[in-house]
Amino acid sequence: MSATQAALRGEVSIRRLSKAFTLNDRRLDVLKGLNLDIRSGECLVIVGASGSGKTTLLRILAGLESADAGEVDIDGRPVDGVGAERAVIFQEPRLLPWLTVLENVTFGLDIRGWPKGEAKAEARHYIELVGLADFADAYPRQLSGGMAQRVGIARALTVKPEILLLDEPLGALDAMTKIAMQQELSRIWREEKVTMILVTHDLEEAIYLADRVLVLPSNKAQPPRLIDVDLPRPRERSSADFVALREELLAEFGLH
Amino acid sequence: MTIQDVNASLALGADGVRSANAGAFGRKALQLIGDLATRFGVLIAFALLWEYGGRLGFLNSAVIPPLSDVIAALRDGLVSGPLKEDLGISLTRAGIAFGAATVIGIPLGLVMGQLPTAEKLIDPLLQLFRQTSALALYPVFILLLGLGETSKVFVIFWASLFPILLATIGGVQEVDGKLIEMARVYGARRLTIFRRVVLPGAVPQIFVGLRLSATTALLMLIAAEMIGANHGVGFQVMNAQYNFQIPLMFASIVLLALLGLAANYAILGLQRRLCRWNSAG
Ligand SMILES: Nc1ncnc2c1ncn2[C@@H]1O[C@H](COP(=O)(O)OP(=O)(O)OP(=O)(O)O)[C@@H](O)[C@H]1O
Ligand SMILES: [Mg+2]
Repeated sequence: MSATQAALRGEVSIRRLSKAFTLNDRRLDVLKGLNLDIRSGECLVIVGASGSGKTTLLRILAGLESADAGEVDIDGRPVDGVGAERAVIFQEPRLLPWLTVLENVTFGLDIRGWPKGEAKAEARHYIELVGLADFADAYPRQLSGGMAQRVGIARALTVKPEILLLDEPLGALDAMTKIAMQQELSRIWREEKVTMILVTHDLEEAIYLADRVLVLPSNKAQPPRLIDVDLPRPRERSSADFVALREELLAEFGLH
Repeated sequence: MTIQDVNASLALGADGVRSANAGAFGRKALQLIGDLATRFGVLIAFALLWEYGGRLGFLNSAVIPPLSDVIAALRDGLVSGPLKEDLGISLTRAGIAFGAATVIGIPLGLVMGQLPTAEKLIDPLLQLFRQTSALALYPVFILLLGLGETSKVFVIFWASLFPILLATIGGVQEVDGKLIEMARVYGARRLTIFRRVVLPGAVPQIFVGLRLSATTALLMLIAAEMIGANHGVGFQVMNAQYNFQIPLMFASIVLLALLGLAANYAILGLQRRLCRWNSAG
């Protein structure tokens, strides 16, 4: 692979992207002429008030929803439906209840026709990575919420996506598990060198993980804002710069 | 603490363990008896009441013979009497009908569950058929198929088709759309999604349908045999009553009850094996 091709892996370009829904006969603009370039290997975090279109944007990037206008290119090719270079981690783990943890994690590889043995070995590697080696043979209903979510993350990683799309993946977790998982996500992102696009409600999570934060406005007359997070990693939540950035983000939402 | 003390306390400890073991054993046994009593106590009381009701004078033994007579009649009937042949005939009828209902109902339900428009079109007709008692249609089936085996098997088939068909359709439709979307994200096509997500997701509902269908098949079997047959366990209930062979009549009824229980447990057992993810602790 040449250097230029390597640099292209997982690059996203969004041009004049618009999407509206009709709700009770009223037209609802959710995305309006959005332009955005996401760099290869970047961690972009999307925040915004409830209903500001975060999930909609992520689903369009995933190819689960189509835009009304504009286009999304990934590594120079227009997006048309789901694609093997993208994996999605939803707010719920979405595990198949009749499969064990190991079988759930091999699911993506099974679909792609990997031989059973290789798929299992690969899956075990990622199950270990998310710290669930002792639970490979457990069924989903025997797991806690955080464990189930980690299984979903392992499953997404097995298919080696260039782009990982995450919609509030830690939203349902308790505060302690959440912080541990944020550290885990940060480590996985660095180790797998994947482009990560993550939606969250949690501003601290945004600053902890992001290279840049995209703030989607509720009022579509306003343009979205991009905020650079130029803090060294690993990030210290109590550092002055961290706290200052948090204040700045809060101000974006009109809160001080 | 001296060494003797330690030894003494060790010995005491061992004894203590032994008696604790005995105590635990006793407690386990008691608990088992308690469990059995709660599970089967009422059943045993019922059997005892049946057995001794006549002798104690509050049951008319001519109408309700003691349980032991019924069991004897059941044994004789199965070993050397008419029940052996009747059982074979009944099992064949119910088996063919239930088998056909399963073989047609499950695949049809799987297809219809995935085609919302087709399902919506056919649903009113299905509901109408389901609400029309198969027994009421039996004369029609006799007209069409004659008084022989075919009409009997067909009425049982007809009645037991709907529970399994409707349960399968429901099972397919209730499969979580979010799981299907997840499979799509990993690149699964329609057939793979069906095989890996929809079908396994519908299995618990399909089993509910199977149990309902089996119950319905037995019910219809008895009705059909009572109405127009000269063999079969259902026929034997009527026949024995007509000939005043009351123990044989009760034996036939007990046999039918046992058939129902056996079918239910067989399907439950199969479900436990196939759906371990759902039941195991
Ligand atoms: N399928 C749909 N049909 C109609 N309206 C929709 C649909 N999906 C989303 N919307 C509307 O689009 C708007 C944006 O929804 P979206 O789910 O993207 O918001 P969000 O930013 O993810 O919110 P939250 O933070 O609550 O998850 C909402 O007002 C919602 O009602
Ligand atoms: Mg959302």
